[in-house]
Amino acid sequence: MASKKDRVVDLETAVIRFAGDSGDGMQLTGNLFSDSTAFAGNDFATFPDYPAEIRAPQGTVSGVSGFQIHFGGIDIHTSGDLADVLIAMNPASLKANMTWITNEAIIIVDTDAFIEKNLTKAGYETNPLKDGSLTGHLVVEAPVTTLTREAVKELHIDNKSAQKSKNMFALGMVFYMFNRNYKKTFKFFEQKFKANPLVVEANKKVLTAGYHFAHTIEAFANTFRIEPAPLDSGLYRNVTGNLATAWGFLAASERSGRNLFLGSYPITPASEILQELSRHKQFSAIAFQAEDEIAGIVSTIGASFAGALPITSTSGPGLSLKSEAIGLAVMMELPIVIVDVQRGGPSTGLPTKSEQSDLMQALFGRNGEAPVIVMAAQSSADCFYSAYEAAKLSLEHMTPVILLTDGSLANGSEVFKIPKVKALPGIKPPIVKANDPDYQPYRRDPEKLSRFWAIPGTEGLRHRIGGLEKQDITGNVSHDPHNHQKMTDLRKEKVKRVANYIPELEVIGKEEEELLIVGWGGTYGVMLTAVQDMRKEGKSIGLAHFKHIMPLPKNTKEAISKYKKILVCELNSGQFVSYLRMTFPDIEYLQYNKIQGLPFMVKELKELFNTYLN
Amino acid sequence: MEQLVKTKDLVLSKKDFESDQMVKWCPGCGDHAILRSVENVFPELGIPKEDFVVVSGIGCSSRFPYYMNTYGMHGIHGRAAPLATGIKLTNPKLSVWMITGDGDSLAIGGNHFIHLARRNPDINVLLFNNKIYGLTKGQFSPTTPKGSKTKSSPQGTFEVPFNPGELVIGARGKFFARVVDTNPKMMTEVFLEAAKYRGASIIEILANCVIFNNKIHSLVTSRETKEDNQLFLRAGQPMIFGKEKNRGLVLKGTGLEIVTIGENGITEKDILVHNPYEVDPGIHIMLCEMKAPDFPVALGVIRSVEAETFEAAVWNSIDYEKDTSPLKKVDDLLRSGNTWRISKSNNNGKK
Repeated sequence: MASKKDRVVDLETAVIRFAGDSGDGMQLTGNLFSDSTAFAGNDFATFPDYPAEIRAPQGTVSGVSGFQIHFGGIDIHTSGDLADVLIAMNPASLKANMTWITNEAIIIVDTDAFIEKNLTKAGYETNPLKDGSLTGHLVVEAPVTTLTREAVKELHIDNKSAQKSKNMFALGMVFYMFNRNYKKTFKFFEQKFKANPLVVEANKKVLTAGYHFAHTIEAFANTFRIEPAPLDSGLYRNVTGNLATAWGFLAASERSGRNLFLGSYPITPASEILQELSRHKQFSAIAFQAEDEIAGIVSTIGASFAGALPITSTSGPGLSLKSEAIGLAVMMELPIVIVDVQRGGPSTGLPTKSEQSDLMQALFGRNGEAPVIVMAAQSSADCFYSAYEAAKLSLEHMTPVILLTDGSLANGSEVFKIPKVKALPGIKPPIVKANDPDYQPYRRDPEKLSRFWAIPGTEGLRHRIGGLEKQDITGNVSHDPHNHQKMTDLRKEKVKRVANYIPELEVIGKEEEELLIVGWGGTYGVMLTAVQDMRKEGKSIGLAHFKHIMPLPKNTKEAISKYKKILVCELNSGQFVSYLRMTFPDIEYLQYNKIQGLPFMVKELKELFNTYLN
Repeated sequence: MEQLVKTKDLVLSKKDFESDQMVKWCPGCGDHAILRSVENVFPELGIPKEDFVVVSGIGCSSRFPYYMNTYGMHGIHGRAAPLATGIKLTNPKLSVWMITGDGDSLAIGGNHFIHLARRNPDINVLLFNNKIYGLTKGQFSPTTPKGSKTKSSPQGTFEVPFNPGELVIGARGKFFARVVDTNPKMMTEVFLEAAKYRGASIIEILANCVIFNNKIHSLVTSRETKEDNQLFLRAGQPMIFGKEKNRGLVLKGTGLEIVTIGENGITEKDILVHNPYEVDPGIHIMLCEMKAPDFPVALGVIRSVEAETFEAAVWNSIDYEKDTSPLKKVDDLLRSGNTWRISKSNNNGKK
């Protein structure tokens, strides 16, 4: 009879959550597991759960750092609802994560950390490993700290250094659970700790010890296997939303032939865009860390006038500060992309949590009538394509674009099929040639209505622009009432005509479906998963999910109006649904809103959608 | 890094820089004379006319770009400095001139102003200081003398004003000059010096607002009093002033003192000699601080210290990275680090 450790159970998907103190190296552990997941050919998405403080008191619930990965043999669009496996390196991380795991979740704990002092710090009155509160879970108790020390004994390294690799013991155990080849991770140690062979050796030994320990103790009834996902062939990598955003702009810079200029001020959760772009001077990309949010955008407007691909990145509070300058760019009809990585608001709000509550501000938050293009990225990997398209639209239509992403997309990661830059659509900014006799500052392209880009340094095109209303064609200052009407109309119509240059809305499901789910931006993965699951179950449900918001795709009204019920779901109090009601008032909309700084969950949405289907 | 293109055989005149727009400043406003001086200076610089960019914020002075036939940008209130910085960083070849006022750069744009000074981009800043808000019709500004009655300070202001020179030097600015709007020759000379200087050259122009703050600088500018209240500084020249050209400055203890040549055994040799290139800002700040009628007001180039420009530092770094980075194209970047290949074979034949 086969021993139980040889039994392998096939799973379609799984969610694992690594949790420990912020100094326990949980992000690295999660990333190494992600790498091995990639090697296994699974599709996956991840989300880090950092504490708001940089170094919260050790051992407390507020100091817990987590990393969740959702992986599977099918297409994965979310970082997962609740975890099937929790690795808790101390009592605080167990406490902090009990609400984020399934009722049947497997819990791996470091029993060495469950001592009186740590239990008290975490706010436990009794030891949860002993008081029966974990009933229903398979709790795998491992004296991780002791066994780690044991594993490196012969290397004679000090206790403190030995402790640093205890996360690798936990990783070894999880590798065993999921039948992973742990030796592939050795290469990482060899590169990362090149300068310190002892550390390489220690990590190898501890990882191996964890793997063998899990095999030996027979605590698991079986191990798990997840088949490779049906991904298209090609080269893949893992990207976070912020990284993908930065790279999308770099690709747009190369394709447009315009040097990238980013003017930005650090703000959570957008700072990584600034940090990433500051690393790429080899592409002539300038990342200017300005003295404040206003200087961030205004320097970018200067760069735009001077002929750069102009980008500024921020989050909600920064978007508020940039409002006046966006109006200036609207008036001067210069390109600029403003990335708003949305977070919980108002004011400082919830800086590390995610929300979709800046939509109205993006659409209307300026003095005067100041229309801009508004787009919203739909996934971490889509941030690359959204950034690229935002840059293309801004340059080709000579108009500001606000690109909305959010904290979940920005910090979350997913598998990204690496494109060839030259396979992306071309970008052709309307740059005026020297001494063009027809050049006038506010003469327009007859189709797009965009004006032309006459870049300082070009002979024969000297002109002045500014925030005062401009006379049509000549661009001279004008206070003429009819001219103001005309220019206001032109600025609006120019943005409206962008609809001719963006893809039509694609709706999942046929027109006879009973329920159409509508969403936008970063909720795509969860909503798609919920709707696809229900369609598989035979439910009459469809999905219309928006990336282009101003202007909306041309077929929007036609595409959504034929369903019996339309339910608009957003992580705010109903901003997009209000916009739809305003734009297409003869359609009836239902709405579902959540504003807790948390994403939707698949389970939550499916339960909700079912209530509308009876 | 590319340097400013200077073409020796370029022949330009004032006419090349005059715009066709009607100049709408009040008759008698000091800004007219400043505009004429700038129009006189630009053709002298040997720079092609399409390489000039004139940038401003908001206020009376900030209408300036509309009156120059160059590339120009009239921005939003207080933000001329970041506009100019973005332009200069993007294209260091351009000759960037920033026009601003005491409200624009010392109140709403104060933050940008100090950061421009410390970063030292090669931008020429003309700070029109009329010590009042003109365009909004007569409220006090951050340079209005304490106690002044204005529309928004009927009892007199309660605030200590900024001294722009002290602020610039305090923000680690490397070039500061001061001129009066009544002396075109002086303006031309100093604007040329500023244009030649590589870095942020900030020039305070004591400008007169005929409507809301008339004669605010009259001690320094009026025919009767100016000679006793102006000290025009030149590098290597003793600090001598006065109708009789017999008064001068000496260091006494830790401060400056006025002495008369020929009295108490004082000769020209005892008088301080101006050194704008001195890195130590001590005497430069004392010069900025001098106030009429107790002291003459220091004019001319007060401080001019060599330093690396912001754009040179940035573009040197770009050149270095271009030479040394293994990533030549964005495709290389996308494929750098941890990647993996999915092929049909590890796909179990799916899709």
